[in-house]
Amino acid sequence: MQGMSLIVKNTTRLVAGFIALFGIYIVLYGHVSPGGGFAGGCILAGALVLIVLAFGEEYSRRVLPHGIAKTSDCLGALAFLLVAIAGYMAGGFFVNFLDRGEACTLFSAGTVPISNLAIGVKVGAGLFSVFLALAMFRRSGERGAGGLLSPRSAAHNGDES
Amino acid sequence: MPLVVALPLAGGFLAPALGRVTGSGRWAAALPLAVAAAVLVLVLAMQGRGDEAAVLWMGGWKFPVGISLYADGLTRLVLLVIAVIGLLALVFSMDYMRQYTSPSLYYGLFLLMLAGMNGVVISGDLFNIFVFVEIAGLASYALVAFGTEADELEASLKYLALGAVASTFILVGIAIVYNVTGQLNWAKIAQAVQGAGGPSLPLAVALAFFLMGFGLKAAMVPFHAWLPDAHPAAPAPISAMLSGVLIKACGVYAVARIVFSVFGATETFGWVLAVMGVASMALGSLLMLVQADFKRLLAYSSIGQMGYVVLALGAAAVMQARGVSEAVVALAVFGGLFHLVNHAIFKSLLFLCSGSVEYATGTRQLKELGGLGARMPVTGACLRVAALSISGVPPLNGFWSKLVIILALVLGGFYTLAAIAAAVSVVTLVSFARVQRYVLGGAATAAAERAREVPAGMGLATVALATLCVASSLVMLPSVRGVLVDPAVRVVQAGLGRRAPQAAPVADVARPACPAVSGAGAPEPRLDKPAVPHPVPPAE
Repeated sequence: MQGMSLIVKNTTRLVAGFIALFGIYIVLYGHVSPGGGFAGGCILAGALVLIVLAFGEEYSRRVLPHGIAKTSDCLGALAFLLVAIAGYMAGGFFVNFLDRGEACTLFSAGTVPISNLAIGVKVGAGLFSVFLALAMFRRSGERGAGGLLSPRSAAHNGDES
Repeated sequence: MPLVVALPLAGGFLAPALGRVTGSGRWAAALPLAVAAAVLVLVLAMQGRGDEAAVLWMGGWKFPVGISLYADGLTRLVLLVIAVIGLLALVFSMDYMRQYTSPSLYYGLFLLMLAGMNGVVISGDLFNIFVFVEIAGLASYALVAFGTEADELEASLKYLALGAVASTFILVGIAIVYNVTGQLNWAKIAQAVQGAGGPSLPLAVALAFFLMGFGLKAAMVPFHAWLPDAHPAAPAPISAMLSGVLIKACGVYAVARIVFSVFGATETFGWVLAVMGVASMALGSLLMLVQADFKRLLAYSSIGQMGYVVLALGAAAVMQARGVSEAVVALAVFGGLFHLVNHAIFKSLLFLCSGSVEYATGTRQLKELGGLGARMPVTGACLRVAALSISGVPPLNGFWSKLVIILALVLGGFYTLAAIAAAVSVVTLVSFARVQRYVLGGAATAAAERAREVPAGMGLATVALATLCVASSLVMLPSVRGVLVDPAVRVVQAGLGRRAPQAAPVADVARPACPAVSGAGAPEPRLDKPAVPHPVPPAE
């Protein structure tokens, strides 16, 4: 993918940052307002996908190297699990062991914002990786390489029964 | 208790993240092996609690906001099977997977699948059963396609499509149940169904959806089409996991849990299960006779053998409704569950042996094999043990469980079904005699000429499973049986007894009803920790 027209590129340049910022906002305020890690992570991934569509895959590597996307996908999930396991310190799995603070402020609700953050990273990086994988799959289909979509695969292995 | 899910899940994410460090050598298997061993230790520590049913509300959040985990005798038995087979399949993978690239992804998916299966078994509410079925399912779709050859991708796509249909059925069923009862916790649903005096029409429809969905996952006969493609296409240890454990955890366990523990089995459900079981048995075993591909033959035999398990459970429900004595019903349930355990052992052993054979010769067409008995003595001996065991030759485990099932059917008055079960056993014997003849006997073919014994890791796994094939006959001893299988039998039987008032007068001092259902009032779940008060419900 070599990217799209100048209009698309310029518009993307303008809005991508704001989309990402909005995603981060949704993640951080997940525990006090509608939204949360999953919704915010989707918006974050949306910003990254927009960059891939407008500027092409090569350029997007400069924004977020794909290896890092995959790794942070795993690390986000791990962080979420660690928060859950850390609950054992207070007596059980997923027990909220941090000070809950004053309700409806940013720094409140104990472990919930941390879990949200982990989910946000996981979902954002994960969805982005899924998109990249699908884009790669389409390219290899177009080239006809690897025989992924070749008719050969449809007509094999007739069942003897 | 949550650690049996959390540990493999963590390992599943850690393995690919560490992929660059561990490389593609033996070290890639170190972390997964450690995780699987730890899970086995945890599961072993859970055994031997008899009829105790543990409920854990996560994070101390109680009903109705909390999510609960639940472990009773049936849970513990299935968890033990998953843990043992999972660990041995990983030991086998250590050498076997060196034929493939990116092992860290393989191990990550493997552990995810393990986490999903453990989650299905341990989950206390229907929706989480669905979520974990999906986790295990998605991991297994990817694992079936792991070789990325055309036929593997095709099999995976077929599996994915049918698996998605199954998941949709399950989800629709859950939606109906939630709409009718307002509950997702299955113990509560059981209570609601019980209170209403049996499932109403919408709930019966929901049950039909569950039966279709989980029946598809268990590959019972009208829904079996995906299995003979998917199981052979996967790498051998994954075939072993899919056939040995996945169809049981996501299929038969879930059916048993929902039909017996939640809805309570009636005679109709019993007949449906029994008919599906007989159809699976007959069709699976007959189609097995004509297969030329080693692993495809094993896949058909999985359909047939799972038929025994489902038949035994269904027949038990029918017997209970007809007022056959408790002891015979218990015998049928015991036979079914014992066969489930045995099938996990010998079928995964057979798949691992087929993997060893393919590793050594590069083919799995029966006609191209021959004379391996002399060239690969260890694998050959293990294959013989497994083949004799699945055909029901005494004194191996398969003989005992089939004997118990057929005995229970005869005592319960199902002479035709017993005759079919016995006949199918003979067909299995013929089929596996053919396997032994082609693979082990005869003169060495071109492919077998250069075959050598497989590396130590693969040999170790197969020998361990072959030992288990012999050792699990010990379950027939009352003392072993009382610890391992009987609590699970009583759980299933409690589900049967709930709606069979005409059943034989109770000799059931030791028979616990489903714990959340036994009391008249609200259930008293055992809490590992007192509830923590909190002003705001947690975000997702």
